[in-house]
Amino acid sequence: MNPQTLYDKLWQAHVVYAEDDGTTALYIDRHLVHEVTSPQAFEGLRLAGRKPWRVSSIVATADHNTPTDHWDEGIKDPISRIQVETLDENMRAVGSKAYFPFRDLRQGIVHVIGPENGATLPGMTVVCGDSHTSTHGAFGCLAFGIGTSEVEHVLATQTLLAKKTKNMLVSVDGTIPLGVTAKDIALAVIGRIGTAGGTGKSIEFAGSAIRALSMEGRMTLCNMAIEAGARAGMVAVDEVTINYLKGLPFAPSADVWDRAVAYWRTLHSDPDAHFDCVVRIDAAGILPQVTWGTSPEMVVTVEDRVPDPDKEKDATRREGMERALQYMGLKPNMPITDILIDKVFIGSCTNSRIEDLRAAATVVRGKRIAENVKLALVVPGSGLIKVQAEKEGLDRIFKDAGFEWREPGCSMCLAMNADRLEHGERCASTSNRNFEGRQGAGGRTHLVSPAMAAAAAIAGHFVDVRQWR
Amino acid sequence: MEKFTVHKGLVVPLDRANVDTDAIIPKQFLKSIKRSGFGPNLFDAWRYLDTGEPGKPNEGRPLNPDFVLNKPQYRGASILLARENFGCGSSREHAPWALGDFGFRVVIAPSYADIFFNNCFQNGLLPIVLKATEVDRLFNDAAVNLGFQLLVDLSAQTVAYADDSHHFRFEVDVFRKFCLLNGLDDIGLTLRHTEQIKTFEEKRKLDQPWLF
Ligand code: SF4
Repeated sequence: MNPQTLYDKLWQAHVVYAEDDGTTALYIDRHLVHEVTSPQAFEGLRLAGRKPWRVSSIVATADHNTPTDHWDEGIKDPISRIQVETLDENMRAVGSKAYFPFRDLRQGIVHVIGPENGATLPGMTVVCGDSHTSTHGAFGCLAFGIGTSEVEHVLATQTLLAKKTKNMLVSVDGTIPLGVTAKDIALAVIGRIGTAGGTGKSIEFAGSAIRALSMEGRMTLCNMAIEAGARAGMVAVDEVTINYLKGLPFAPSADVWDRAVAYWRTLHSDPDAHFDCVVRIDAAGILPQVTWGTSPEMVVTVEDRVPDPDKEKDATRREGMERALQYMGLKPNMPITDILIDKVFIGSCTNSRIEDLRAAATVVRGKRIAENVKLALVVPGSGLIKVQAEKEGLDRIFKDAGFEWREPGCSMCLAMNADRLEHGERCASTSNRNFEGRQGAGGRTHLVSPAMAAAAAIAGHFVDVRQWR
Repeated sequence: MEKFTVHKGLVVPLDRANVDTDAIIPKQFLKSIKRSGFGPNLFDAWRYLDTGEPGKPNEGRPLNPDFVLNKPQYRGASILLARENFGCGSSREHAPWALGDFGFRVVIAPSYADIFFNNCFQNGLLPIVLKATEVDRLFNDAAVNLGFQLLVDLSAQTVAYADDSHHFRFEVDVFRKFCLLNGLDDIGLTLRHTEQIKTFEEKRKLDQPWLF
């Protein structure tokens, strides 16, 4: 047999049938559901008199719209409440493998709760009506973000219609410097290949620097694959993957564990497998990253200055840069470390896991947030992470430093709830998108790692966390 | 789903690269549990000078006169001309819903984000990929010709000037084309393969029982 990539193997294992033009029905093992992109799908199903194919594939939670404080008061925004209640009703009517509703101990961001409960397993196809489903690829599975019509299609048929993408390898070799994280790798990759660099491709992240990452770090990296335009991001299974899964609630039980592990160990690209496109990055050269514009590719290192559009030759790009600088209220050539911030957000499916919170807490321990920082939020990715962090005393460290310690959810990553930036406010954020208005109309987002966000909160402006004491 | 065969319409040029789905339909409107009614809030942050909220009436809101969709000469446009990586960002299908609800039937761009591209086909909105040079030419012509129209023929896979002076050919998946031309939704078609799906599933249960 020809050597295969990890993507080829995962794809082939799920082909139910294929049309002549390559349109393929892929069997879906895990369907993650949340309140924002599912109501219209359930309604469509009902209107057509169809039943879900296999409800045991469904794991659901409410995350995008839920508040992160005053949980005892419920959801005050009536429109958000209707959406969350609609999910409650749909889950009651249809059933699921697991549903973690608003205020449940295990509730959290959909891309956090899947992996931490062992509902995301190697070799699976995972879909969710959310672009950051790419996160789950960290486990050596094929994970796609899909639209609402596709959510309905998966509910009705347990398959997704897709065409095979090209194979792309991003290999990061060597050791990343101290203070540099998976988030910085992700931003550096996007800075290098652009937000459309992965379009029409599935990216496998490989190389010694990736192998050295924890599962949390791999999830951060795969999470951002979508920001590079890729259809999916993935990392091969290794001991780190297997150790992480052992004992999780939905992981294989003792009688089939060994069988599962034996299969999982085959989930890597064969030596000499063909990639259509290869990008190699030297880990030692990656520095802490800070975005300056309104697209994740508008990124530089903390040592750099805000770029100058006058030096850009391409007209469309130059106009894009000028518009971004204007929106962001920044001047060309100013040092990144001179940028003052108003708010800090530590959270989102990119960086709200226990390792992220530990990294941020290490930076803020015994310090206070700067005078000019109006609000610094820490929003754990799930109830379980919140409990773990509190056990370790991280909540105290944050609160003593002036941070607010909140209930889990998407929160200010997309500001569908009350957590948001006001017009013109500038935020150091550990989330994944710095689009115009993403964190609130007129809000200005700089994407950074948790340690960099924490350091910015203390200093009041961006600082190089490598020099942090 | 509405059929798509031939469409002739006015072109509006949106000269920005990397237009994301947050810009196409801001997140506050995602709280709706419906598929329709998003048109008035399409490009909300660019179209209006104030901030839109779900439930807030859109009549009487101050319009941004500089935004291309608000210019009188583009009123009634049904073909959106865009730059590369159009529709990047979130998977929200509210983006094509909003475009369709506003009255667009066609988007023309040199490239799209994958999820957005798929979502368009599910909603009778045709995303056409043309070469960057062809898109450049369309931008130039749309800028200088008032009332610039195009004729899109899905079956022939062509985009033609109204006076027939230029033709561009585009590619489209055979399956997608078939569904759009006939107004078929995917689910009905896939369910014709029910037996195959069941057989696949049974085998999978034996091979990897821990997945079930
Ligand atoms: S945390 Fe942000 S990116 Fe992640 S699922 Fe929630 S809204 Fe989407």
